[in-house]
Amino acid sequence: MSAVSSTVALFSKDVRSELRTRYALNALLMFVVTAVATILFALRADQPSPTVLSGMYWVVVFFTAMSSLSRIFVSEEERGTTLTLQLVASPSTVYFGKLLFNTALTVSLTLAVTVLYTLVFSEFFIIQTPSIFFVTVFLGSLGFASAATIIAAIVAKANTRGTLYPVLSFPILIVLLMTVMNATARALEGENFSEAMGDFQILVGYILVMTGGSFLLFDYVWKD
Amino acid sequence: MNDITLTINGISQEFNRRTIFRDLTFTISSGESLALTGKNGSGKSTLIKILSGLLTPTKGTVAYTLKGTKVLPDDIKSAIGLVSPYLQLYDEFTGLENLMILSSIRSNGSLTKERAEALLDRFGLAARRHDFVRGYSSGMKQRLKYAFALLHAPGVLLLDEPTSNLDAEGIEIVQQVVLEQGKAGILILATNDEGEAKWCSRRFQVA
Repeated sequence: MSAVSSTVALFSKDVRSELRTRYALNALLMFVVTAVATILFALRADQPSPTVLSGMYWVVVFFTAMSSLSRIFVSEEERGTTLTLQLVASPSTVYFGKLLFNTALTVSLTLAVTVLYTLVFSEFFIIQTPSIFFVTVFLGSLGFASAATIIAAIVAKANTRGTLYPVLSFPILIVLLMTVMNATARALEGENFSEAMGDFQILVGYILVMTGGSFLLFDYVWKD
Repeated sequence: MNDITLTINGISQEFNRRTIFRDLTFTISSGESLALTGKNGSGKSTLIKILSGLLTPTKGTVAYTLKGTKVLPDDIKSAIGLVSPYLQLYDEFTGLENLMILSSIRSNGSLTKERAEALLDRFGLAARRHDFVRGYSSGMKQRLKYAFALLHAPGVLLLDEPTSNLDAEGIEIVQQVVLEQGKAGILILATNDEGEAKWCSRRFQVA
């Protein structure tokens, strides 16, 4: 019970800290607006297919996530508070607290991108099967957060943080990206929920493997 | 009094094949205080990190026993208080918020806001408890670190450069803390200052 309350306390600390410092939020919002505006100008005269639209949707999510999710550990490292955290919390508390925060951030990010897409591409971005779309967004966000959290912990200990994060993330996230793009295209094309079950199974498997593997690895990344 | 014993046995530390210190051994129990002395670069701060569980030694063992029972390194952290130049608190929170937040992460249910405020008062920060730490001077930050280290009434108090950035009044408070902790639990401080080393009942040369 105390491990759960510690995890919630750490999550709450990160939310309050983020609302005050805007380390990740500002980068995230600026990137989303810039990326969606660029796509809007590029597609002005074209009518993109659902596959192209879903691909671009997740490209925006991927690069925005890359610019903000690593902050969760990098900011602790830069401010010199990593040792303080090591002193007051167990590695599992830190991992799950940070995972919770990154999940909340990614869900907010995907919702923001969805709202912007719906407003800007109102003629083409029509979600015909909302159940597929929202399950995909939720599982995709969880998958992004589970992979991004452990990569952020590794990258925070390195000297070349800025470059290393997307380089390490891309091969790990490619399976997730392909699956969520496929499922999103199904939602835009109006397929039945049952037809996306294969994609959801891959996503759930990915989340379980990433979270389990990260939890086992985190002790070695976090200590020393 | 907390009945804690700390035994370090043959610990050595290397960084990139460079030996910092080799084969250190000592034992200290509740009611004792120990000054770690040694020239710059001798590894005093590294030894403090090892004793607090923040660093694993290259060789040797660090063992804590509580009432005769061996305690795992991760479990002993709740009984350790640490003040050191490399330990930072959160600039975006106030002094009081820092204590309350870190205490809730540590899951110290017994802590009340009154205890946090009493500690801030003891270290002369009561009037500034609602100010953001980013606005604190380096001396005030050092005082806040003491409040954080003593918040959970630790059985083991580790101090690295205990009086850095403190004024005469701050040094006097720290001396009082050292004397109290030296009677109630274990106190270990790392210093180059002969006056600070004299506050302790024992001395250990790190080399």
